Amino acid sequence: MQTRREIYRSIKDVPHEEMLAAGTGLCGGCGGLLALRLFSKAVGEPCIFVNAAGCMTLLATFPFSPFHASWLYTSMASAPAGAQGIRDALDVLIDKGRLSEAENLKVVVVTGDGAANGIGLQSTLAAIHRGLDFYYFCYDNEAFANTGFQMSPASPLGSRTSTSPAGTKTHKQDVFELWRAQRPAFVATVSPAYPLDLMDKVARAGRVKGPKMFVSLAACPPGWGIEPADSVEVAKLAVDSGVWPLKEVRDAKVIHTVVPHEFRRVEEYLQTQTRYRHLFEPQRQETTLAQLQDEVDRYWASASGGCE
Amino acid sequence: MSRDLLTGNAAAAWGARLAEVDYIPAYPITPQTEIIESLAQWVNSENLKARLVTMDSEHSMLTAAGAAAATGARVFTATSSQGLLYAIEMLYTVAGWRVPLVLVNVSRALAAPITLEPDHNDVLAARDSGWLQFHAETCQEVLDSVLMAYRLAEHSDVLLPAIVNLDGFYLSFTREPVEIPEVEAVREFLPAYRPEHARFSASHAMAQGVAVLGSSAYAFFKYQMQRAAEAALDLHDHVASEFCAQFGRCYGAVEAYRLDDADFVIVMVNSFSTVGKAAVDRLRIAGNKIGLLRLRLVRPFPQQEIAWLLNGRRAVAVIDQNVSIGKGGILFCEVASALAGSSPPPLLSYVGGLGGRRFHDEDFDLIMQALRAAEHEGARPEPHLLYSAAEYEKMRELLRVAHGSDPKAGT
Repeated sequence: MQTRREIYRSIKDVPHEEMLAAGTGLCGGCGGLLALRLFSKAVGEPCIFVNAAGCMTLLATFPFSPFHASWLYTSMASAPAGAQGIRDALDVLIDKGRLSEAENLKVVVVTGDGAANGIGLQSTLAAIHRGLDFYYFCYDNEAFANTGFQMSPASPLGSRTSTSPAGTKTHKQDVFELWRAQRPAFVATVSPAYPLDLMDKVARAGRVKGPKMFVSLAACPPGWGIEPADSVEVAKLAVDSGVWPLKEVRDAKVIHTVVPHEFRRVEEYLQTQTRYRHLFEPQRQETTLAQLQDEVDRYWASASGGCE
Repeated sequence: MSRDLLTGNAAAAWGARLAEVDYIPAYPITPQTEIIESLAQWVNSENLKARLVTMDSEHSMLTAAGAAAATGARVFTATSSQGLLYAIEMLYTVAGWRVPLVLVNVSRALAAPITLEPDHNDVLAARDSGWLQFHAETCQEVLDSVLMAYRLAEHSDVLLPAIVNLDGFYLSFTREPVEIPEVEAVREFLPAYRPEHARFSASHAMAQGVAVLGSSAYAFFKYQMQRAAEAALDLHDHVASEFCAQFGRCYGAVEAYRLDDADFVIVMVNSFSTVGKAAVDRLRIAGNKIGLLRLRLVRPFPQQEIAWLLNGRRAVAVIDQNVSIGKGGILFCEVASALAGSSPPPLLSYVGGLGGRRFHDEDFDLIMQALRAAEHEGARPEPHLLYSAAEYEKMRELLRVAHGSDPKAGT
């Protein structure tokens, strides 16, 4: 079951024009890159990408950039502050007549979950608080993937990272809810496995002024232990098992935009990835597996709203 | 032109107002806050057509400042002490973006222990970041230096950001008579910022701040910054002479006070130089041929001029209001390096004024005696830490209080 999409109804509606050229140095099957590619098409030009330290920082390496649009790498902690400076400078220069309105840009922050949930959370919440008119795109590969897949606040319970070799003991931080508490103009989760849902949300967000917050699950083949070719299938299974709910906020209510007709078992999703192998071998860790299924079940049991 | 009694902070704010800045990202910290309060009022009353945004930290403030400058706006910001250090990652980053904004730092000593009054460990922590550094002695010089800093920073051969430094409390809250130039005259000296190298707009896509892989590219860009700072040193005299012609106030990269016939020299920076000059006057009445060299441009460092002014003296003492723990005075090292390769006079190193500690006549008397002795005994690079017997007695009392009834404490 899916909510009615307004702009991207069919895959044919997806523009052929690429804002992000192929041939970057990123890993094969990078879910974050696929999501960003779809995201950038939906945002459209003219825009500027403001980057926080992470995997995507390696997209623009001197003297190349895969973007048709502008790019500014800032730091790990402060990409939203960079977006603030650019937005304000454009506004002031246009107000003063030093730049024509036709030269205006949409400002898009590109950040990973490590920055978004920790070192960059303060500057992100502050940008929402100020009502900054910008897009915020977080690719959530559930770890500090660029440095070799260390545990981040977004690493799920039980998932193995290089700094939680026995499995992460903490729960995944809910950045969607952290953002939502501040009532940004638009807030949604997305997945590259559901491109029309992703793009429709971005396009509808473009109608409103203010902070437009997106977090996309981003399958990470080397970190998750999957084949690059399976990246989209694994991302789809995350949604279809209920692990990664696709949702947005409308009129202060959380609306689920894709609800599986029949939920797949969480185990099915976990078994696709070597980061969860220790839950199945050498012995099944029944308690953890049951807890992970139970948490997903309880989430959906209490989920209000649902599809229109 | 008008004349008013302004604090150092108000003079800094006037500098930004007269530079007709477009954008001011801000974050409060003592003793700087009066600057952003003044600017906020002027923005509100439309005496200054700019946008002022309060950020969530100095780190974010510097990021916004650099990003706005990279978009093409003239940007001003201000901070102090812990704030400057909190932003230090972005000081390096923004300098690497080659964007010419101006930051006023109101010096305040660094924690721990946390305190309010000034020394220069804060601004000198930014010494190697790629920012030009002007160190001001008076309120007038603060205003003038902000204007000169924009002019120099925005020069196409420089394109580095600049810090104007003043001492917290001693200058930030001291009112002095300040000539406030007419904005038309300032526009002649400092035309509107028209960036060609770094700007973002729909018809002008740019990638800025991109990663480099490989040390050759990294070294190339860092060497470019070094060359730009060297160019700034040459250009400073040109900018200063134009400023002098326009406004009648003339500044060098350094200031020579009663140096012409001086056998002995003390080297100081910022507002405490005023105290040093008074000491020079007093010591001269007592028959000592002493003068003072005030460092104004600390980055780029005017080493040739310093060497020219100091070589041939009988002895030189550098008084640092900072301490590089484990070495001593930072500016002593800088001055000593400027004299390397020549036959330098005996050099003495003094550390004082930490946390705003005042200098007393006996400090300068002690330095004078040491300078005379050094003429015969030679250099003494170990830092001498200025502290009086009376202060030590007072401190022992405080330690006894801190330790409660323990009679052995504080000894």
